[in-house]
Amino acid sequence: MTVMQHIWIVLGVLFVFLNIAAGLIWVERRLLAMWQDRLGPNRAGPLGLFIVLADTLKLFFKEDWIPPFADKWVFILAPAIVVASVLMGLAIVPFAPGIVVADLNVGLMFFLAMSSLGVYSIVLGGWASNNKYSLLGALRGASQMIAYEVFMGLSLMGVVMLSKSFNLTDIVAAQENMWFIVTQPVGFVIFFIAGLAETHRLPFDIPEAESELIAGFHSEYSGMKFGMFFIGEYLGISLISAMTVTLFFGGWLGPAFLPPVVWFFLKTFVFIGIFILMRASLPRPRYDQLIGYGWKLLLPLVLLNLLVTGAIALWLRS
Amino acid sequence: MSLVFYISSFVAILATIMVITRHDPIHALLYLVASFLAIAVTFLSLGAPFAAALEVIVYAGAIIVLFIFVVMMLNLGKETANQEKEWLRLRVWLGPSILVLVLLAEMIVVLLQPQPTAMPAAVVTPREVSLSLYGEYIIAVELVGFLLMTGIVGAAHIGKHKKKNLHRYLQTYPNLN
Repeated sequence: MTVMQHIWIVLGVLFVFLNIAAGLIWVERRLLAMWQDRLGPNRAGPLGLFIVLADTLKLFFKEDWIPPFADKWVFILAPAIVVASVLMGLAIVPFAPGIVVADLNVGLMFFLAMSSLGVYSIVLGGWASNNKYSLLGALRGASQMIAYEVFMGLSLMGVVMLSKSFNLTDIVAAQENMWFIVTQPVGFVIFFIAGLAETHRLPFDIPEAESELIAGFHSEYSGMKFGMFFIGEYLGISLISAMTVTLFFGGWLGPAFLPPVVWFFLKTFVFIGIFILMRASLPRPRYDQLIGYGWKLLLPLVLLNLLVTGAIALWLRS
Repeated sequence: MSLVFYISSFVAILATIMVITRHDPIHALLYLVASFLAIAVTFLSLGAPFAAALEVIVYAGAIIVLFIFVVMMLNLGKETANQEKEWLRLRVWLGPSILVLVLLAEMIVVLLQPQPTAMPAAVVTPREVSLSLYGEYIIAVELVGFLLMTGIVGAAHIGKHKKKNLHRYLQTYPNLN
């Protein structure tokens, strides 16, 4: 592959995913409205699509205020971390044969590493704001994301055992005959729940629980710094959806009448829809319920899944 | 790759010096994260991508977050920063620094010896790492498992709440009298 091709792929991935993240502003509101039996944004432009423009313009022109009591540099650094870590995570997703930014042989580990670095945006943002609600949000966020990172990593090890590789292209190729959702249903469910918790989306938006903590860790943020948290969340949804498709639903594989990239994005959009449906339908659990649910239910379940998968893999080999 | 190695090692050393000299604990921990990331790149340039990924996941992504978590819970303020400033006086750091400089001089002399110091070019794949962990080093892995289990049991014991089975009339109410 030439250098120019690489640059085109990088630019393409950036363009597509930043636009998906912006477009999700509209998609989420319309879908939520549909499920809640109302109209949602429908005034600006066709189908209300220009709400994206209006929202973005508003974010850009709002006063970008740094509170005098905040730790200035850490306050500025925090929103950048969330977007950067998610975009780095997108580097290892194979969209079609040959269309991948970095075909690493430890691709899956790289994804886990980047998603674990995402915690810093919440922790540092909440701490640097020097506000009690932000700090409480940051404390909740840190413990929630550290706990669910463990299950996220462990739930993927079954896939690694079956495909015998950490390379995502190999993992997709190993699903040629059967998607891993068939052989790893428990792994899929736990990965998806952990993904919800890692992107701190509703129902697991405990770090920013509006009814308790104003806006949680980003209470003090305004303007485009808040916008970065906002876009970072949508990028996170897209990344987890893309990874779910790659790991459990055969990635780009699909009947030949559509090109592989189209299959990949169709499947990804289904999971983005499920993310939004979760928000529309489920109430937020209490903080201790979330942590207890993770350590007391998901951890034993994911270990059992690993044990059974390993036993069956050994039995099939002999 | 050797240029990548030297740059990331330099960043690691610089970041570690900053860790020691910062007064604010959170800033120091941020530099520590930078240092771990630099060490991960060093591993990568030496052909150990698996170790690099683990370095980021375990150290930068989990352990330092817990450190920051604890520092946030303690809510250390200006006083701690001042205390740190007190501790970083010339008299305190001069002695250890001189000793370390002697070691550094020795290391430079050793490195300047005409020896083949080629870096291993072979990339260690995840498969090789796991095979050696569960083959050659199985005893060490199991011992580490024991150690971690001890830690978990100890933490569970400390964190366990004692259940009181007293009748409510027998409980003492310090606020009532």
